[in-house]
Amino acid sequence: MTNVGSSLVYAIIASILQVALVALGGPLLMGLMAKVRARAEGRVGAPIHQPLRDLRKLMGKEGLRAHHSSAVLAVVPLVVLGSTTLAVAISPLVTTHPLLSASADLFVIVYLLLTGSVAMALAGLDTGTAFGGMGSSRAITIGALAEPALLVAVIALSIQARTSNLPAIVADTITHPVWTSTPTRLLALVALVIVVIAETGRLPVDNPNTHLELTMIHEAMTLEYAGSDLGLVTLGAAMRLGLLFALLMNLFVPWGVATGSSILWLLGAVVFLVLKTSLLAVVVSLIEVHSAKLRLFRVPELLAGGFVLAVLAVITQLAAR
Amino acid sequence: MSTLRYRKGSIFRSLVSRARTERAVSMPDVIPGTRLRGSLQLRHVDAGSCNGCEVEIASAFAPTYDAAQFGARLVASPRHADGVLVTGVVTRNMAGALVRTLDALPRPAVVVACGDCAVSGGIFRDAYGVAGALDSFVDVDVRIPGCPPHPEAITQALRSLSGR
Amino acid sequence: MVLFLAGLGCCVLGLVAAMVFSVERRVVVASLSGSLGCLLTFVAASHVLISGHVSSFHSSLVLPLSGVSLTLDPLGALFVAMTSFVGVATLVYYVGYAKNELRSRTALSLLLLFLIALLTVPAASSVVTLMFSWELMALSSMLLIMVEQRRHAEARVAAQWYGAMTQLGAVSILLGLLLLSLKSGQTFADIRAHVAAMSPTLRSFAFVLTLIGFASKAGAVPFHVWLPKAHPEAPSPVSALMSSAMVAMGAYGIVRVGNDLLGGGALWWWIIVVALGVVSALFGALHAVTSVDLKRLLAYSTIDILGLVLIGVGCSGALAATGHPGDAHLALIGALLLVVAHASFKGCLFLGAGAVERATGSRSLDQLGGLIRRIPITTALFGIGALSIVAVPAFSGFSSEWLLLQGLLHGFVDKSSPTLIVLLVGVVALALTGGLTAVAFVKAIGIGFLGQARSTGAASAHEVPRAMQIGMGILCIPCVVLGVAPGLVIPLVSRAANAGTANVASRSLESGIGLTLDHVRGAIEPMLLLAGFLLFVALISGVKSLLRRPARKVGAWRGGGGQPTARMQYTATSYAEPLQRVFSDVLRPEIDVEVTHAVESHYYEQSLSYEIRVDDAVERLAYQPVIRTLTRVGLAARRLQNGSVHRYLAFGFIALLIVLVVLA
Repeated sequence: MTNVGSSLVYAIIASILQVALVALGGPLLMGLMAKVRARAEGRVGAPIHQPLRDLRKLMGKEGLRAHHSSAVLAVVPLVVLGSTTLAVAISPLVTTHPLLSASADLFVIVYLLLTGSVAMALAGLDTGTAFGGMGSSRAITIGALAEPALLVAVIALSIQARTSNLPAIVADTITHPVWTSTPTRLLALVALVIVVIAETGRLPVDNPNTHLELTMIHEAMTLEYAGSDLGLVTLGAAMRLGLLFALLMNLFVPWGVATGSSILWLLGAVVFLVLKTSLLAVVVSLIEVHSAKLRLFRVPELLAGGFVLAVLAVITQLAAR
Repeated sequence: MSTLRYRKGSIFRSLVSRARTERAVSMPDVIPGTRLRGSLQLRHVDAGSCNGCEVEIASAFAPTYDAAQFGARLVASPRHADGVLVTGVVTRNMAGALVRTLDALPRPAVVVACGDCAVSGGIFRDAYGVAGALDSFVDVDVRIPGCPPHPEAITQALRSLSGR
Repeated sequence: MVLFLAGLGCCVLGLVAAMVFSVERRVVVASLSGSLGCLLTFVAASHVLISGHVSSFHSSLVLPLSGVSLTLDPLGALFVAMTSFVGVATLVYYVGYAKNELRSRTALSLLLLFLIALLTVPAASSVVTLMFSWELMALSSMLLIMVEQRRHAEARVAAQWYGAMTQLGAVSILLGLLLLSLKSGQTFADIRAHVAAMSPTLRSFAFVLTLIGFASKAGAVPFHVWLPKAHPEAPSPVSALMSSAMVAMGAYGIVRVGNDLLGGGALWWWIIVVALGVVSALFGALHAVTSVDLKRLLAYSTIDILGLVLIGVGCSGALAATGHPGDAHLALIGALLLVVAHASFKGCLFLGAGAVERATGSRSLDQLGGLIRRIPITTALFGIGALSIVAVPAFSGFSSEWLLLQGLLHGFVDKSSPTLIVLLVGVVALALTGGLTAVAFVKAIGIGFLGQARSTGAASAHEVPRAMQIGMGILCIPCVVLGVAPGLVIPLVSRAANAGTANVASRSLESGIGLTLDHVRGAIEPMLLLAGFLLFVALISGVKSLLRRPARKVGAWRGGGGQPTARMQYTATSYAEPLQRVFSDVLRPEIDVEVTHAVESHYYEQSLSYEIRVDDAVERLAYQPVIRTLTRVGLAARRLQNGSVHRYLAFGFIALLIVLVVLA
């Protein structure tokens, strides 16, 4: 009984730690990526904690509601942030035993993220403006094309581990280090990197810094948001980035994730996770600096490439047995 | 930085009367930059500029001056902004768009007039298509004089707002 | 069984009432009586599902020569329960919906007849009973499509297509079942007893013949052409019944014949089923994305979901054929749960589409918009259905698709390459359709219900009568319950799947409130996930309300321009344009651009018209040539018949000669 009780307390602490880590770390990762980009362009750039400053300020400002908008516009930021937070709380980021780890199925995480995307796309259409509709149409198109690549890559990992339970996959990878260098993993890694870039709206799929409405994807859906609503949506996007980066690293370089139940180990895992995701952020932003945005109708080709790689990952896994 | 105060009840009246009250250039330190605490997003509105100011604004955000390092950023929607950065004298064609932009700003918001034209009308002040200088429409918080203003002056003004 | 028969009796009473009562009372009385009947059959079927107790009934009074044989086993009971649930909701909805022709004796009695047929098909346990109720179901629904034909000329064309396809399908099923009952009696028990002695070739023939018929009923591509015509043109309650109950009978037939009567079969049977499923799922999902008509969108998404069901059934059969009964069982549970979930959410969506049509006078998405402010309750109910079909966690679509995926995923233990390829293709199709379904329904909600009204009808929409809302609400219950607590229903579905597989499965599901798989690591607890989500939302909105100043109302931002008008919004066509362009090789849209140049100069254009149509490519490429050929043959044959008596006598004489020569 005490054992059950203490493991529950541990799980709660771990989940709270994960949420806090990603809520702070997501915006910091965005700041880091902006910093790397600025440095590569010869600028000093905003400090790494700039996104946190922006969020602090936005939360204190008034919100605006357009005429013709409905309750959807007000509810969507809560849904986006709520679904992402739930996904963060149950994913194996610093430990393989967070809350609800039995339900932390890969499909649950994928569909929680899909829920956020669907909500955002609806918000884009709610005010009935051309920009919102445009962003919504583009974002959902890219989401729909990234979805199969994501699912099939995830399935490749699940076949290898004989389960689609995320903490179990991470734990098994730690005990079978050979898995990380199998062709399945490497192919799935490339596919997932493409998907993560598309899902987080980074170059070459979407330019997060664009000011021109006609080139926007994610930004166009948020044009109607102001103040604290905008703060929630931005935080949601940042946490999504943090979650996807952390999951990507934990699936392919799982070491450092706490498999036991000591608090010290948890803190050590936090340090590892910060290092791993920062490394990924630096690499991704260096890729960004050196790539131009793809024309909208070239993006499906990129995602189709990711899809094919994911299918190959499944096939190599099946052939390997 | 406070609630925006429009000068005239309606845009039409202001278009017709074109009355302007000359005000002292408000000093940057009047603005409580601590409110923004290092995060300043501005929506840029070209109300009728010759594009000289735009070139200088671009330089202010380019590597040499890099206003971004002080937390300033230009954004795509007034909804996301803490204020407007207006360049050029307010022309009749842009007056409506300017007022709508001001309306779309979440409060509190700042108004920055960039360049002589925005500050006082500049050399175009009595031209036929001009509705007035910026301060005949709205209280201006920060004025950046110069034709065009030096990027350093722009950066300085932005720093005074962001408080960094 | 007594309850089931009493339920059918109540429906018959309702039918009589529809004939007898005056037009004011007719609808209410018939609907009440029918609902009561459906409730009774629901209780009867639930009893069978919970207790696992099979009961039968035989009477030689009703059908001469063969008599009627009904059996409620768990598999049939699952479909009876599902149909009666949808039946209650539809009948309640009908009270509010019925107007003009729909209040007539014909329409009401046909509706109840259709319902009776739908309830008898899964309970039928002899070839004659099955075929009789099958034909009753087909004919009554065909006539129901035509009820409003005076005002909708398209309904006639739709009914023609439907009639032709369903009769061809029925012939195919009849041939297949006759082959099966050649050596034995015509009851299912006889067939089961004798099937082992039959030659494999005969069994394969029988399976393929019935498969064609059932797949056509399930809307599998390429036999689907009737579905996107018939569903939109039928009155909405009828479309709801057709889409959620009748189409499911196709899946039922495949499971009943393939798994139960034939006791499984060769691998290649199931490869065909999976192939049909994959093609239907992708084709349906893509067309749902590009559809502009709300009900047509729903019809194509029916093809999509039934395709997924066929993938599940096929993979289950393939796994069983290669000796993995446990995994086969899991995949079949997933498929059956998806059928049940589909019945609830698609029923709700079709009823919702009917409510929208009633409120606005249009079902084209490009005429709608802004409905969330005009008809909020209908919007909310339609939204629950849409969330379910998009497979948002804690809604019914998610639990069933998760189970299906787990079934396929754990099937990869098999070593034989054909099975692996089948599973791989199935999984890939599932992954591809997931995102496309989301696009279709974000489009339906976002363009249809959000934004500004695109027509005066949408701008002046009024909330529909209470009965219609209750009807939709009833169907929303399983959408949520199956999603939040799938564990409540899984044991029942598992029992039905057991009845469908000859050898009892080894792998079962632990069913608490959530779902936990035995032997493999896999579980979801949707209720806890939902609780976590609500907790986080409450926390966030609590923090936000502490911080926030009240939101101010302003005009929508249009880059400094004035108020955006409704015509500036994205339309359903433009919303789907990127995907339509990406998949143009499959969809083959027809684009007409007409430019009229100014008289003064060729460089100026006076007018420009741009038209894009996404027709059904299968219909255009596969069916139209056949129809053209048949028409030509028919016209040629007309030349034989010119009204001359002499010629007819000559024909008779020649025929007689030929007969004599042959006999000699």
